[in-house]
Amino acid sequence: MDLSAINPVLLLASLMVAATPILLAAIGELVVERAGVLNLGVEGMMITGAVCGFVVAVNTGSPWLGFLGAAIGGALLSVLFGVLTQYLLSNQVATGLALTLFGLGVSSLIGQGYIGIKGPEFPDWHIPLLGDIPIIGPIVFQHDPMVYVGLLICLGVWAFLKYSRLGLVLRAVGENHDAAHALGYKVIRIRMAAIMFGGACAGLGGAYLSLVRVPQWTEGMTAGAGWIALAIVVFASWRPGRLLLGAYLFGGVTVLQLNLQAAGLAIPVEYLSMSPYLATIVVLVIMSAGRAPGSLGRIFHASR
Amino acid sequence: MLRLEKRPQPSRAWTFATPLLAVALTMVFGGILFAALGKNPIGVIRTIFLDPLFSEFSWFYRPQLLIKGAPLVLIAIGLSFGFRAGIWNIGAEGQYIVGAICGAAAGLALYPAETRLIFPLMVLAGALGGWAWAMIPGVLRVKFGTNEILVSLMLVYVAEQLLASMALGLLRNPDGLGFPGSRNLAQWSSSANNELIAGSGMHWGVVAAFIAVIFAYVALSRHIFGFQVKLSGQSPRAATFAGINPGRLILICMGLSGALAGLAGLFEVTGPSGQISIDFNVGYGFTAIIVAFLGRLHPIGILLAGGLMALTYIGGEIAQSNLGLPAAAIQMLQGMLLFFLLAVDVLTNYRIRIGQGAAA
Repeated sequence: MDLSAINPVLLLASLMVAATPILLAAIGELVVERAGVLNLGVEGMMITGAVCGFVVAVNTGSPWLGFLGAAIGGALLSVLFGVLTQYLLSNQVATGLALTLFGLGVSSLIGQGYIGIKGPEFPDWHIPLLGDIPIIGPIVFQHDPMVYVGLLICLGVWAFLKYSRLGLVLRAVGENHDAAHALGYKVIRIRMAAIMFGGACAGLGGAYLSLVRVPQWTEGMTAGAGWIALAIVVFASWRPGRLLLGAYLFGGVTVLQLNLQAAGLAIPVEYLSMSPYLATIVVLVIMSAGRAPGSLGRIFHASR
Repeated sequence: MLRLEKRPQPSRAWTFATPLLAVALTMVFGGILFAALGKNPIGVIRTIFLDPLFSEFSWFYRPQLLIKGAPLVLIAIGLSFGFRAGIWNIGAEGQYIVGAICGAAAGLALYPAETRLIFPLMVLAGALGGWAWAMIPGVLRVKFGTNEILVSLMLVYVAEQLLASMALGLLRNPDGLGFPGSRNLAQWSSSANNELIAGSGMHWGVVAAFIAVIFAYVALSRHIFGFQVKLSGQSPRAATFAGINPGRLILICMGLSGALAGLAGLFEVTGPSGQISIDFNVGYGFTAIIVAFLGRLHPIGILLAGGLMALTYIGGEIAQSNLGLPAAAIQMLQGMLLFFLLAVDVLTNYRIRIGQGAAA
């Protein structure tokens, strides 16, 4: 084994890239859960976003349009979940699972002709001045734009939930939907909007995998990233700041195990590949103290 | 304006009618999907749902119905207890894999001994393996309040990596010229899970599935355990007042579903699949979730739903080879079925009223 082959600067730099898809999916789910809805279909929306993004990007040649397509694809799939759980009052756990199973099927159907094709280039963005700072520059300021889009969305969600009136309403709906309804807020409309935002974010996260991280389309390529995003929301106790920490922690584990694989550590590859999932379980065990939104996962039916 | 009014009690008629309605809707929308793919919709639907039973090759397909249906029913029966009680074991696929690995390892440790005692030992090891794998999320939930949905699911990915490591390493066939995969368990008489009646598809896994259905039926309708499960699902607060220990119930439900999934894995790996290979698992653990819901979490319903799902697998394979239908289309059809089922379920618990109605 040759540990000196691991360059700490490159390791930290790729950490931000590895964390981005999960950060995107998790921040969307955070908003959904703060509105009191538990959508377990993140994995299905992510993989649908991955294939929609890839197909659009290959056909138009523009990765930006690809990301747009992915967001729309993810949001459309989430509408299905929204209609079932909000209007037809179905069980959220079962519907979320169905969404994942359905999304996996839809994505491999759409992606049939696209296996093995290379997507369009999505160049890194060398931020002038900041990117030239030694060590910190390559770690923080020389990534592709989506890394910063992810951070901006995270910041935006934090500000929205903490400072805006609509954010307050959204939290009220999530804490106690009957009280929010009694105050005259449109519980179902707000939840539908949150669900669609979550779907769009999950779609972006999936497209980040197929357009930047891998960058190719393969069936089942999200490999549990959506579930890990769900776990990170719990880890973060439904707070955007800690969500960022969780996503980077997870990105760190992923990147480290990939580097250890490349460095030829004496542990078999399969056991190293398990580590992100095991790390997620450990994190869930340590951090299960947070308090979930009061109405999380409960069915809302306005009785008059 | 349409408006929903909660029924005082779930409608019995709709409880039976909704699964049929969901299947009918799936056929209609599946037909539209197949038409969009450029196939003749009626032809495809007939190939999937009728050809396995009534075509000239049905003598070949009918036994497959039992072979594919048995693991689905076995796993779904286990899951149904937990789902009824609000305990969500989503990681049956992982428990299935680990059960198969443990059972196969127990058998292969004694290779090449020739005695029929080895098979029961493997069955026991398989059930224990699945049980142990399900105990991880169970114990973590009870001790630390960890979400069992996420932990059991994470363990599926861990189990898949473990399977790869076993197929390439510890359990690899030493006489296999370096190819991945274990010795063929179906060809070693001590471990073979052969058909009990030639040409029927009836192997020990099918027997186990039928026994599980009967036991589940008795437990749910006649035994205190069934009452505890139902009560915990309907009203967790009332359940604690009735003296039900929620932690114990979680462990029992998780353990039961894990053990049954492990059994299903063992029967698969000693029979139809024959060996531990990197991809011997084909997602039965996930499809079983659909089976459990489609069967209304009721043992008899699960038996019928398992048969229907097995039919879509077999019909899907026929449609793939004869009509060039993509494999993913079947997966989508199965997901669609679950969606429609959840959607029409609203009719069971709510009445649809037209107009504003009197404010109460």
